[in-house]
Amino acid sequence: MLELTPDEWTAVRLSLRIALWATVVSLPFGIAVAYVLARKDFWGKALLDGIVHLPLVLPPVVIGYLLLISFGRRGPVGAFLADWFGIVFSFRWTGAALACGVMAFPLLVRAVRLSIEAIDRRLEDAAATLGANRFLAFVTVTLPLALPGIIAGMVLAFAKALGEFGATITFVSNIPGETQTISAAIYTYTQVPGGDGPALRLVVVAIAIALAALVISEWFARRAGLRLHGD
Amino acid sequence: MLAVDVEKRLGDFTVAARFETESGVTALFGPSGAGKTSLINMIAGLLAPDRGRIMYRGKLLFDAAGKVNVPPHRRQFGYVFQDGRLFPHLTVRRNLEYGRRMYRLKRDRAELERIVAMLDIGHLADRRPGKLSGGERQRVAIGRALLMRPQLLLLDEPLASLDAGRKAEIMPYLERLRDEAGVPMIYVTHQADDARRLATTVVRVEAGRVAAFGGLALLDGMPAGAAQ
Repeated sequence: MLELTPDEWTAVRLSLRIALWATVVSLPFGIAVAYVLARKDFWGKALLDGIVHLPLVLPPVVIGYLLLISFGRRGPVGAFLADWFGIVFSFRWTGAALACGVMAFPLLVRAVRLSIEAIDRRLEDAAATLGANRFLAFVTVTLPLALPGIIAGMVLAFAKALGEFGATITFVSNIPGETQTISAAIYTYTQVPGGDGPALRLVVVAIAIALAALVISEWFARRAGLRLHGD
Repeated sequence: MLAVDVEKRLGDFTVAARFETESGVTALFGPSGAGKTSLINMIAGLLAPDRGRIMYRGKLLFDAAGKVNVPPHRRQFGYVFQDGRLFPHLTVRRNLEYGRRMYRLKRDRAELERIVAMLDIGHLADRRPGKLSGGERQRVAIGRALLMRPQLLLLDEPLASLDAGRKAEIMPYLERLRDEAGVPMIYVTHQADDARRLATTVVRVEAGRVAAFGGLALLDGMPAGAAQ
């Protein structure tokens, strides 16, 4: 009963790949935006904050549609990337990763921002008097101290990316082997007679992956916490 | 040597100070809230004055008119903060070496050993700041500031957060620092006693202004405790 068929394995592998890429590629952007929001004051900060949080409050279908008309083959950004860099998003797994990354972005930024805000700014001043320029102070002091929050943000983003459905299916459809993630596969199986078995198996897999991610992040966070507060 | 002539508005409080010091230990002495910390932060480059100039050994560090503002990481002034501000994620050893690495100074084992011995912090090397007592933390903070080979050492009430016992424990180290290290120091304090023990020059700061400037005689008649 719990033996997965090759098609189901494909969906699982694809989901993991998409979620992993979505998390890893959005991480540097997420940290940069979180740092700017946590530490800088500038004109339009509220606007940036609002845009970053949009995927959290808009219906996922709307985000998917916006991606379709901007990053699709004939969309302005999509056409540019395809012509100049050969990067195609529409109806590819890369597009699914983009949709998942966008949907998970606010969760990532939020977690990282909170952890940066919790760091005493005056430690960065101390680093400056000890010869560190802004960048070095960030890399040697702020980043390591924010690590527990960064890990938490990555796990949240990964889980969100893994479960993303609406934006992905709107943007890149539901193509087995290319864009059909676990969620999309479960949805497909529930629409056909006799699909209960496969759907249930994938549900079990989804639960297992989510639990594993939580356990791993807990372990990392505890280690990072020990490093800060232990000896 | 150090020439300060600055003005800075902080809310409805204004710091406007002008003084010059030679080598040795200069005490910035005055009651809490007189603007001593703002003044030392301006010398360190952590706070930009609204107008004025700061010169050190003939080098212009800040000039509002000429738009000069050397950032703190290029001034090479050691700073011992009131609250230590050791990096909690680094061991004592890494904290001590931080300034040397950032300023790309050559490793100097003899110097490290001399300073570690002077401050008696050798046995703490592998601990993290969270496991140190207040006195140990301040000693490490002093060592960290010294090991970056500072041109000038800024100390902002390094003893204020310690009880009398701990204070008595650190005072001799500061005296040795003055007599052995040969680094000029700016020492912020509101305790006449501390100023008397350490300083060679006194700048009395009151309500954001320099009220008096001169030798230790300025402290004559001051009660042993805090400035009023």
